[in-house]
Amino acid sequence: MATRQVGHAALPLMNIVRMKGVPILRQLEMEECLLRTSSENWCIINDGTENPNIVMGISGKPAELVEISPVLEDRIPVIRRFTGGGTVIVDHGTIFVTFICNQKDVPKVQPYPRPIMSWSSLLYSKVFEGVADFKLRENDYVFGLRKFGGNAQSITKNRWIHHTSFLWDFETRNMSYLKHPKRTPEYRLARDHLDFICPMKDYISRSDFINKTIDAAGSQFSIESTEFEAIKPPSSLKFTPTSKLLTKQELEAAIYQTQPIEASVSSI
Amino acid sequence: MALRMWASSTANALRLSSATRPHFSPLSRCFSSVLDGLKYANSHEWVKHEGGVATVGITDHAQDHLGEVVFVDLPETGGSVTKASSFGAVESVKATSDINSPISGEIVEVNSKLTDTPGLINTSPYEDGWMIKVKPSNPSELDSLMGSKEYTKFCEEEDAAH
Repeated sequence: MATRQVGHAALPLMNIVRMKGVPILRQLEMEECLLRTSSENWCIINDGTENPNIVMGISGKPAELVEISPVLEDRIPVIRRFTGGGTVIVDHGTIFVTFICNQKDVPKVQPYPRPIMSWSSLLYSKVFEGVADFKLRENDYVFGLRKFGGNAQSITKNRWIHHTSFLWDFETRNMSYLKHPKRTPEYRLARDHLDFICPMKDYISRSDFINKTIDAAGSQFSIESTEFEAIKPPSSLKFTPTSKLLTKQELEAAIYQTQPIEASVSSI
Repeated sequence: MALRMWASSTANALRLSSATRPHFSPLSRCFSSVLDGLKYANSHEWVKHEGGVATVGITDHAQDHLGEVVFVDLPETGGSVTKASSFGAVESVKATSDINSPISGEIVEVNSKLTDTPGLINTSPYEDGWMIKVKPSNPSELDSLMGSKEYTKFCEEEDAAH
């Protein structure tokens, strides 16, 4: 693991990958590959993905989370990612930020969900310092009482990933593809999507946010830029990504799960 | 709160059948239960080896740190596991966490109850919340695992370091 001497302390190296418009499924596959096959630290920033995509957590059930008929009608891709957490709809207005870290390079962070989230929220509090009333509230990133980013994690024996889709802006009509989930944080107070979330653009420019995020990472790591195209998984390691695009058949099958089965009464 | 956690952990420990009931010693720091008679991996899995079959699950310490478990991804019966390699995952607090096998061998049974009731891992980590049963291919691998006293000390030191 390469390090750089800063003052008295040597900072571990972190590769920064900046990209724009990379399809979210491709990004998720790359992230999981880096988590599983690389031994380096990574910060990946994808400034928007083109077409709208719905992304569910590993245990997400489309019947409970997605309005399936309009999704099928409008051909909105639905992806199940490899990390935990909830459902988001992402597009060109979303900024994705991912941290993949070796446990030994952030030794004060216990490799469990809450300590990792505390670490990331401290990092983002530097980004939003003087910009907005940023808080980690019931594991959500919020300005005041309104959520502006969906985060999720995956933890392996020696490494972990924390990634966030930040709603820099969003299409209001796209929110209608998502159902109100059964499990919601208390602070949501039964608000619908549009009353619950807010766009980051009201607080910070895209470029400022990205630059401040890189600066915040630079306070804990020695930063080195890497091109997206240059990332190659080690050929010696077999790797099968687990994030997947749900098929039309899988989504259609989910429709029938939501419809009550009418008892057929046969007259004798 | 801590007392309530300790009480529920104690209740879980005492529910084990009297024939094989391991002794119980609470961790001084976080009140997680550690049972005698089990072996422990440094990745916080436990294994109970009886009659040629090893039962594997995650420890009370692990479930406490993970938070509420909402989903469990387990392998199928008939597959194999390798010591120190991941065989499944649990989801809790927006995160998936790998579960590593403390022993190599063939999976002879999977706890299907966890599909519908993943919270058993929180409420009964050493009993109803077991994950897989394995026929060990190399039982001597158990020798490198920790006993209850070692594991208690390991957890205390790990928590103190953070």
